[in-house]
Amino acid sequence: MRRTLAIVILAALVFGAGGAQAQQSANGKGARLYAVNCSMCHGDRGQGIQPARPTSGGRIGLGPSLQGVGALAADFYLRTGYMPLLDPYKQPRRSRPSFTDAQIDALVAYVASFGTGPAIPQPQPENGNVAAGLRLFTQHCAGCHQVVGQGGFLTGGVAPSLKDATPVQIAEAVRAGPYLMPRFSETALPDAELDSIIAYVEQAKRPDDRGGWGIGHIGPIPEGMITWFLAAVVLVGTCVVIGRRGS
Amino acid sequence: MIRRTVSFLDERTGGAPLFRKALRYLFPDNWSFLLGEVALYAFVVLVATGVYLTLFFDPSTAPTVYHGSYEPLRGSEMTRAYQSVVDISFKVKAGLLIRQTHHWAADVFIAAIVLHLMRIFFTGAFRKPRDLTYYIGLTMLLFAILEGYLGYSLADDLLSGMGLAIGYAVLMSVPFVGANLALLVWGAPFPGDPAFWSRMYIAHVFILPVLIGALVGVHLLLVAARHHTQFRSARASERVVVGVPTFPGQTPRSLGLFSAVAAVLFLMGGLIQINPIWLWGPFHVAQATNGAQPDWYLGWLIGALRLMPSFDVTVGNYTLVPNPFWGGALFPLIVFAFLFSWPWLERRFTGDHAFHNLLDRPRDSPWRTAIGMAVLTWVFIVFVAGSADRVYVFVGLSYNAQLWAYRILAWVIPLLVLLAAKRICEELRAGDRVEADRKAAEAAG
Amino acid sequence: MSRLKDWAFSAFVLFLGRKPKRPVVERERLVAAGALEPRAELAVLALFGAAALCAVAFVVVYALDRLPAQTQLLGLTLGLSFGFLAAALILIAKRLVVTEELEEPYPVPAHPEEREEVVQMVEESGSRFTRKRLVTLAGAAAGTALTVALVTPAVSLGPVIDTDSFYRTPWRRGRRLVDEAGNPLTAAEIEQDVFYTAFPEGADRELIGSPLVVVRLDPGELELPSDREGWAPEGVLAYSKICTHAACAIALYRKPLFPPAHEPRPALICPCHYSTFDPASGGTVIYGPAGRPLPQLPLVVENGELRAGGNFSGPVGPSWWGVRMGKAKP
Repeated sequence: MRRTLAIVILAALVFGAGGAQAQQSANGKGARLYAVNCSMCHGDRGQGIQPARPTSGGRIGLGPSLQGVGALAADFYLRTGYMPLLDPYKQPRRSRPSFTDAQIDALVAYVASFGTGPAIPQPQPENGNVAAGLRLFTQHCAGCHQVVGQGGFLTGGVAPSLKDATPVQIAEAVRAGPYLMPRFSETALPDAELDSIIAYVEQAKRPDDRGGWGIGHIGPIPEGMITWFLAAVVLVGTCVVIGRRGS
Repeated sequence: MIRRTVSFLDERTGGAPLFRKALRYLFPDNWSFLLGEVALYAFVVLVATGVYLTLFFDPSTAPTVYHGSYEPLRGSEMTRAYQSVVDISFKVKAGLLIRQTHHWAADVFIAAIVLHLMRIFFTGAFRKPRDLTYYIGLTMLLFAILEGYLGYSLADDLLSGMGLAIGYAVLMSVPFVGANLALLVWGAPFPGDPAFWSRMYIAHVFILPVLIGALVGVHLLLVAARHHTQFRSARASERVVVGVPTFPGQTPRSLGLFSAVAAVLFLMGGLIQINPIWLWGPFHVAQATNGAQPDWYLGWLIGALRLMPSFDVTVGNYTLVPNPFWGGALFPLIVFAFLFSWPWLERRFTGDHAFHNLLDRPRDSPWRTAIGMAVLTWVFIVFVAGSADRVYVFVGLSYNAQLWAYRILAWVIPLLVLLAAKRICEELRAGDRVEADRKAAEAAG
Repeated sequence: MSRLKDWAFSAFVLFLGRKPKRPVVERERLVAAGALEPRAELAVLALFGAAALCAVAFVVVYALDRLPAQTQLLGLTLGLSFGFLAAALILIAKRLVVTEELEEPYPVPAHPEEREEVVQMVEESGSRFTRKRLVTLAGAAAGTALTVALVTPAVSLGPVIDTDSFYRTPWRRGRRLVDEAGNPLTAAEIEQDVFYTAFPEGADRELIGSPLVVVRLDPGELELPSDREGWAPEGVLAYSKICTHAACAIALYRKPLFPPAHEPRPALICPCHYSTFDPASGGTVIYGPAGRPLPQLPLVVENGELRAGGNFSGPVGPSWWGVRMGKAKP
């Protein structure tokens, strides 16, 4: 079975090199990209490579199954640049996507075909309520992502800053629970509440900086730096000017 | 006009001889002698802006629902205290400027005290007859830190609530009496009796400022009574003070420095956002945010709390030392005990009980400089450890690796600093001696 | 017209500061003389003018409504006003008043005679006492007692001795768990991979004994202590949401999607000092400074709803001397 599949993939590759018009079906293109970039960790049919027993020694397990994760998860991981991941034992970090939009579309369609799974969500933050969003965000998200979405530390990983997260990506992350993040279903967090959270995160990207320069919106650490590196330096400089007495 | 004013005052107070003396009081010249003045002027700005804020702040934990102009908080449950701070920031014209200036002034106030303390320490200005002045200064530093913590806490935003929780846990952790002390202060288990807010408020706006103000007065009186210290020079000696008189030389300098402090604080208050409590949201016991930090002057304590490994010291079922005690209470106690006992320690080890009006240069007392630098480094490393989580988020350096590194470096680096500082001081002194010999030889030749 | 001329003249005089010289009796100078610095004087005038202008601008900015960035403009005008003032004063200090370096003897270090006299006066004043030590002791006793009496009312600040309240929580057997909105939580709605915050129905939510964090784990993964059998029906676990280290809320739930190894396992984390607790093994500390496990609340399911099956496995919140000496109670 596996061998035949490998042959099929190989054939597809050769075929692809031979003539472009043969790649009419997006699925074919997706399959080809998948085989080259993803199958090593996720298995050739997205069945995943499950954790081996810790006693077996060496590296144990590589990638989760993709059957039933749907277009949602594939879209999230590919568009955030989380996947493909060079070292499967490291936390994926946001980077420039490795594929073009068209390639991602093809891959997403291909991964979605592994089983029935959720489609790419279509959040409507314009229907959300920012105030409700702040309350929900504080309750569910601020512990890791910091109350203004600047990201944070948790033992074993980093909760990324939400500065670059698009509304769709936020919705996807909430539903998929990437890496160490909890996964919120529609019963745990209905779509309407999710819309409010996204509305708040969008607002928090440009928070109300009525006080002036926002210095990162993470509170006392940059404030202390300003105190010492700006105020203290200027005032000590003033003291030096005053203290050095003219002739 | 001047003559009339002076006559008026003299005839009513008999103060003319005193005025004359005050105008001719001498200020020795060095830029580092002005650091204490910076602290004093920051305190003046603090009091002025603080009084303004009390006209609008409501120290009440009564629950209310926000219906103001800031959309993300609309409909949120909060205390009157928090709401009034949001209103100061949004509704009261110039309120945000004054609030931010007040907060910056607090950060600068304590920074200036620390700089001033470093100057006093490394030049040996704390020696007899000025040790009492030094103790009063240290006491003011303690009060100032407590005062800042209370101000940070009163706003009742998410960060202040978390800060209070930690303060509560540290007080609870005091061996034998912690729980009783916590009840005495909070009135009930956290978040405490509603009266706790009144207690914080009166302490923040009255008791501590009055204490600090009174100590400032005594501090300055003592300075004036014994006159300033000075560095050795051709004219300056242990018996003769050389300096610029209060008037006309020093007055425009001091007024100029005051204006400069006010300028920096108001500019920062208007242009650089500090503690935007509307972004943090109100505090509720069940809520917390990542990356919460205290103001810089308590950063050394959060570092120490995080560096401690997981254990409570227990004897049977009796918990002798709960964990937060080490970092939150014992660590600052050791640092302040060191600072308070240093004049005595130095007398003890050098046998020097003499009067000192002349200052040492740091190199003149290698042991003092080395030990002071080592303790400073120790505190500084623990302080930096408090931001390890943010360093991980920004730079990707493993938090756990950082923690272990700091646990080791906090002991190793101060030792290295101690040796290096002592060596440098001795080298510098040797260089001075060579130079002096050369000059003497030249003069003789 | 002549009014205007008068005004102009007054302004001119005001500006230049000229006035008819009064005949001055020649006396020896007390303050040393210095060279005239007309350019520095002009600069000082300009700086004072700028300071005044900025101060006026502050008032104008204040008076104008609906200015964008009003706080910034207010800070800028006020700060600059002080800045110009500072510059003017420093310039005066440096260029316009003489900077004399004078000498003066330091105050004498000690006054032996006066010191002796003080001692003598105090001693002589007590010459009519025959039992000096006893009187001193009695006086000190009275003073101490009075001080204690005066301080006594401070005990009202808190119960001080009675620390029973630290063991109390609003939870008791049968009390329902409700969510933020006050709706009862059902066992069925608790999903794996999510964490929930719950409160005791009808109790004050702002007590540290109130909030819970509720998670569901695979019952097969649980390694609860043997005396907690049945505390986690269907794998649903409830813990106090208050960290046992420093009383912050446990607002992080680490739930690995696909653990490539045994670590990191699901964990509850406090964001203040990153104490990390293992929900599968009864809230034991697996990282960070906390010295005690997270107290667990036994759960029961009745008609699908989650209810407390009793009180926590131990007192809630930060440790104190008695935290291991009693059980949590309602």
